[in-house]
Formats: sequence, C-alpha cells, structure tokens
Amino acid sequence: MSKRIKVALIGNPNTGKSSVFNLLTGLQQKTGNYPGITVEKKEGFCRLTKELSATIFDLPGTYSLNASSLDENVVIELLMNRKHKDFPDVAVIVADIENIKRNLLLFTQIKDLGIPSILVVNMSDRMRRKGISLDVEMMEHELNTKIVLTSTLKKEGIDTLKTQIANYNQLENSSCLNFRDIDPDYFASLQKTFPNQSIYKLWLVITQDVNFANIDRNTIQSTNGDHTRSTSFLKRLQQRETIKRYQFINEVLKKSLQINREQATDFQSRLDRILTHRFWGYVIFFVILLTIFQAIYDWSGYPMDAIDSAFVSMSEWAKTNLPSWFVPKLIAEGIIPGLGGVVIFIPQIAILFVFISILEETGYMSRVVFLMDRVLRRFGLSGKSVVPLISGTACAIPAIMATRNIENWKERLITILVTPFTTCSARLPVYLILIALVIPDTRVLGANLQGLVLMGLYLLGFGMALVGAYVLQLVLKLPHKTAFVVEMPNYRIPILRNVGITVYNKTKSFVLEAGKIILAISVLLWVLASNGPSSSFGDAEAIVGQEQGLTQTELEQKISAYKLEQSYLGYVGKFIEPAIAPLGYDWKIGIAIVSSFAAREVFVGTLATIYNVGADEEDTIKNRMADEVHADGKPVFTLASGMSLMIFYAFAMQCMSTLAIVRKETNSWKWPAIQLVVMTLIAYLAAFATFQVL
Amino acid sequence: MTLAQLNKGEKAIIEDLNTDLVPLKLIEMGCLPGNQIELLQLAPFKDPLFLNVNGAQVAIRKETAEHIQVKRTAE
Repeated sequence: MSKRIKVALIGNPNTGKSSVFNLLTGLQQKTGNYPGITVEKKEGFCRLTKELSATIFDLPGTYSLNASSLDENVVIELLMNRKHKDFPDVAVIVADIENIKRNLLLFTQIKDLGIPSILVVNMSDRMRRKGISLDVEMMEHELNTKIVLTSTLKKEGIDTLKTQIANYNQLENSSCLNFRDIDPDYFASLQKTFPNQSIYKLWLVITQDVNFANIDRNTIQSTNGDHTRSTSFLKRLQQRETIKRYQFINEVLKKSLQINREQATDFQSRLDRILTHRFWGYVIFFVILLTIFQAIYDWSGYPMDAIDSAFVSMSEWAKTNLPSWFVPKLIAEGIIPGLGGVVIFIPQIAILFVFISILEETGYMSRVVFLMDRVLRRFGLSGKSVVPLISGTACAIPAIMATRNIENWKERLITILVTPFTTCSARLPVYLILIALVIPDTRVLGANLQGLVLMGLYLLGFGMALVGAYVLQLVLKLPHKTAFVVEMPNYRIPILRNVGITVYNKTKSFVLEAGKIILAISVLLWVLASNGPSSSFGDAEAIVGQEQGLTQTELEQKISAYKLEQSYLGYVGKFIEPAIAPLGYDWKIGIAIVSSFAAREVFVGTLATIYNVGADEEDTIKNRMADEVHADGKPVFTLASGMSLMIFYAFAMQCMSTLAIVRKETNSWKWPAIQLVVMTLIAYLAAFATFQVL
Repeated sequence: MTLAQLNKGEKAIIEDLNTDLVPLKLIEMGCLPGNQIELLQLAPFKDPLFLNVNGAQVAIRKETAEHIQVKRTAE
C-alpha cells in the first residue's frame, strides 16, 4: 500500500524554490488561495519511491519567520500548528549558493521549530564560476542535517532530493540557537511559566501574534512574568536573536565554505551600472516597455481574429442546427458568444505574462522597481506598482492580483483603485471602431492622426491613473508603517520552463476568475435582450412583416432590431436616454453602454445587433454607424459624440469582473463600490464636457 | 553620519541603527552593527538607495537610510 507524506518547500524569494517545485512535480500542480486571504497556495504531487509519494506544498517565499507580509504569515501559521491539515512531515529549505548566509537564517529558524529539515543548496552549477567551494559533509555535520546540491538549470540533484525526502524519518532534530544566550533572565522566566513548551514557539507567539497549543499572546500576557513588555524591547531582543543566529551561521560557514572573491560579481555590477543608471536606466526601461506593447499588439492580432471567427461560426452552426427552444438558443446566442468574449483575451494576456515573467526571472523587474519608486511615490504609489500598471494594459484582473507583493497597505490599495484607468485590451475594439468613424485618416506632422489619437487615449489612461493616485493619497487617511525593502537579485538567464508554467497558471486563473462573471453577464444580457415586457415583442414578426418590399435578409434584420427595441434591454436603454442625451448618445448607445458591463468590447457586438448587421463585419458596422441619424436628421456619430464616447470608455468602471476581483483583494464591498461610483461619475462629467466643448 | 549621506560607490561600516524604525527584514538581511555596507547606486533625488549589505543586494528608501548610522571607510 503506498503512503503519502506532506512536504513543505520553504525558502527566500529568488532562490529558485519554484524551479525546484516545478522539477519535483512537473505539471501535476494546482494553485488556489489560502482560505479567507489572497495568498496564492501551490501544491503538487510527487512520486518518491514505489511505496512512497508526497504532496509538496510550495509555501510563499519568505525571508524569515518574523513575518512582515501576508505571505510570510501563511508560512508561520502553518509551521506553528501541528494540527493543521497541511502540517509537513518534513521541511525542505531551499537556499541559493550565492546568498547562503542570509538563506541559512531561515533554515535555523525552521530547525528550531523542531520540524525535520533538509537543506537544498541550489544553483550549485554557479559554484565554480563564482569561485565558491563548499564542504558538504562538514556543513551537514555542523548543521546536523542532510544537504542536497541541486542545479535547476541543469536539472541536477532532483533524484537525490527525492531519496532524501523519502528517508525523512532518519533526520535528527536539534536546535541551532540557545535562547538563554540572548537574554538569560527573560527567557528563563518565560520557560518557567510554560515548562512544557518549546521556547522558540513561545517567543514567536509573543512577537508574531500567532497561537499554538491553545496559547496565544493574551495567555502569555496574563501571566505575571511581564513577557510582552514594549514593542521596542521586543524588537531589541529580535535584533539580538538575529545577531546570535548570524554568529552561529558564520561559525558554520567558516568551517565549510570558501569563496575566492576575485572571480565574483564583476559582470553583474557592470550590468547594474547601465541598467540602473539615472539616465540610461530610464531610456532602456522605456524602450523595453515600447517593445512589449508593440509585440502584444503585433502578435496577438492573428490568434484573436482566429478565435473571434471560430466562435462566430460555432454560434452560427448552433443556431442553424439546434432546435429553437429556450436552452439550445441560450447556448447558441448567450453562452457561446459569452465564452468567446473570455477566450479572445487569452492571446494578449499570455503574451504579456511571457514578458513579465521573463523580466522577473532575469531579475530586471527589481531594477525597475528601484528606478520608478521615487517617481511613483510622489503620486502615492510604490515602485512595486509598476507591474500592475503595465499589466493593466492587457487586463485589470491579473494586474490587480499582481499588487499582492506591495507590503504597504496604503500604496497597495491606491494601486488597486487606479489600475482600472489604464487602457485595458477590452477598450481597444471600442476605440478602434470609433476612431475609424470620427477621426479623419489624415497625416499631421508626418504621423497618422488616427494613430496619434489612439496613443493619446493610452496616455490619458496612464495620466488619469496617476492623477487618481495623487488625489487618493491626499484623501485616504491610513496608517502606513511598513517600510520598503526590495531585494535586488543577481541577473540570471530565465528558465523557459518556469516562464511557461507562470504563463499557464496566470492565464488559467484569468479564465476562471473573469470567465465566470463575463459568461454570467453575457447570459443575463442575452435573456434581457431576447425577452420583452409587452406583447409587441412576441409579435415582432407580424408587425415588421407588414412593411412592403423588403428582401428576406432585410426583413430578418428589421425584425431583430425591432425585437431589441421592444426587449427589456431596449427599455433600459430608453430609460437612461435622458441621462445620456447631454453626452450626445441615443438609447441605442445606451444599450451598448449597459451591456458593456459584462466586458467593454461587447459594445461593438451590441451595436452590431442593434444596427442589424453580422457581428464580424466590422466594416459594415462602421458604415451603418456612419449613416445613423437622430430624429432631427443630424448624424449620431460626430466628432463630438464619438470623442465623448471614447472619453467615457476611458474613465468609466464598466467591468464586473474587475469589481469582483477588487472585492476579493480588499475584502470589502466598500472599495469596489467607491470605484464604481467615482469612476463612472468622472467618466460622465468628462464625456459631458467633451461633448459640450467640441 | 547616516547612511543617507554616503556617496555613490562609497563603503562604510554600520555603527548603530534605530531598531524601532529600521525594518526587521533589513536587519535579517545582515544590516547589523559591525557589518560592511556599500552604496552601489542612487536613483535621482538620492532616493531609493541600492546597497550591498553583508553580501546581500537590496534597495531601501532614504527615510529608512536616515536611521542607520555608519562610518565611512577608506577604499
């Protein structure tokens, strides 16, 4: 009978922990969230021997058990609680050879918890090049553990690691630190109060405010030893603890590690001198940024067209071949186009994440954080807001999820609130058709005017995000104590396998998170559009059929247009018409705006339905829109109303999926509600101003 | 002098730091009295600072650097 053990993979960020995880589990992994909080939970399956397999938990990267972020909290809460369902039988701590001293700090902490621990020294392929030599046996002896050398780049050492994990019950438990050395009186008295408990765990209960074995901070506080005193006192003890740990580590390394510094970091620092240069650093960053945008739009065009026409023909096929009662119609006209609306974004999101994960894997992203921090801080953001703001140009949903590594809550919240202003790819089809319609195809100073307007809209999005952040910074009264500490990892060649897995996981979570909502709203809108309150909806065929001299297609188009007008959705459009008339829109555009709440690009499709043309014939829609007139004979789409509409789409919060993700990330309905009201208000006023001025 | 007053490329020894205001994370990276620190790069307005502390490369803001006392060492 085969047995399954639990293994926790623990390590500092940038040690290649995830690469080790990927090699151990392959694609047999699943990601999710820890209950109640937005920390990503990754687990995978690994077969160790014939009889033994393991569930591997890839815990969030952490520098220490003294938690400073949600991610790190997860680690300590899991490791303190023996009754936790994921509590590991063995901990594998991943260290990288170049930062081994700092990585060992975490190792000593885990070992002091009394969990059987294996040390993985990763990137061993770099040892010779860096002039490092390690006496593994000596180090195993000094740390009283088992050590495995791995190279995830060359896929070496993984089998040895599996064997070591399988033999986990031979590992010895012993502590690295004697707490009496830090402050004899304090720790002696603490131990006396709780004689049966591990002193390190008690100490963590006091400093980290976690609980174990039914002891929490209050229990300790209520004893008479005065063990919780002032934060300042505790922090001094923590500093002394850290010094003691480093003394221990230095002793270990003195005996087992030799570094010949001469061959060391020359190339790295030369690269940094250019990439973080106060002038060239920015130039290089903007060139990279432009390249990424270019690539996203150049490369994603073909797959997006292919997806679009595939879904259109699927829907057509279903319409002609399925019987025409409610459920099959729902599938053909509601669900299939709804799914298409989700799938169409996959190319752009995947390409964007290819670039972002390459930038992160190489270590360059930390340099961008360094370069941009001061600039963005002026607007109440952080250097770490760069990734969300860039990702926002594909889709706000993964962008908002990417704010998780901003430790400072105020900066993180502001980033979440302004990210939807960046021009996401769902706005693009709306812009493209409106620009083609109202902006003349001429050249200004050698540049295409239509292209300039599109670029202007992108800049407007970024600009509005910055202005919004600036205002929020002044308005929001939140304590923001967490300091900014960013590790600048060494530059590395990205491992393609890791890039692939990241892209796969991010895209998957987009499809699942946003997909459900887009799909649900598409279905709802379809129901609203295909049912009406009065009998004239059902009698559409008869009423329109009275008109004379129409061809078969014209008749069908007229009927569907009439039906839409008489549907619930049509009533909604008419109902809001007075409100949007000052912006230059009629009720048909009103319907398109309302239906855009599923996803903005639905705008084009809705107009196609309203103006009764096939959804994929963009050129025809354009011509029909150009011919559209108000009751008084003036055209509906003029420069003024077209620009007003684009400004409305630039600022309005028309994305249910984004609101849902903001609700999840901020854990309250307050912030998405504020976002919805304020952004829509800004959009309304700006569009009003645009229409009145032009 | 404080770390914030160091010039680009200079090295120093950490003398003291304000435990209440310097994040523990930085201390755990080896930003401890007696350890060497090198200012590798400065962003415009001398903020943030790109440091090598005890072999670890890390960026911190000026507001944190002001709470770390250092003594400049000759090359």
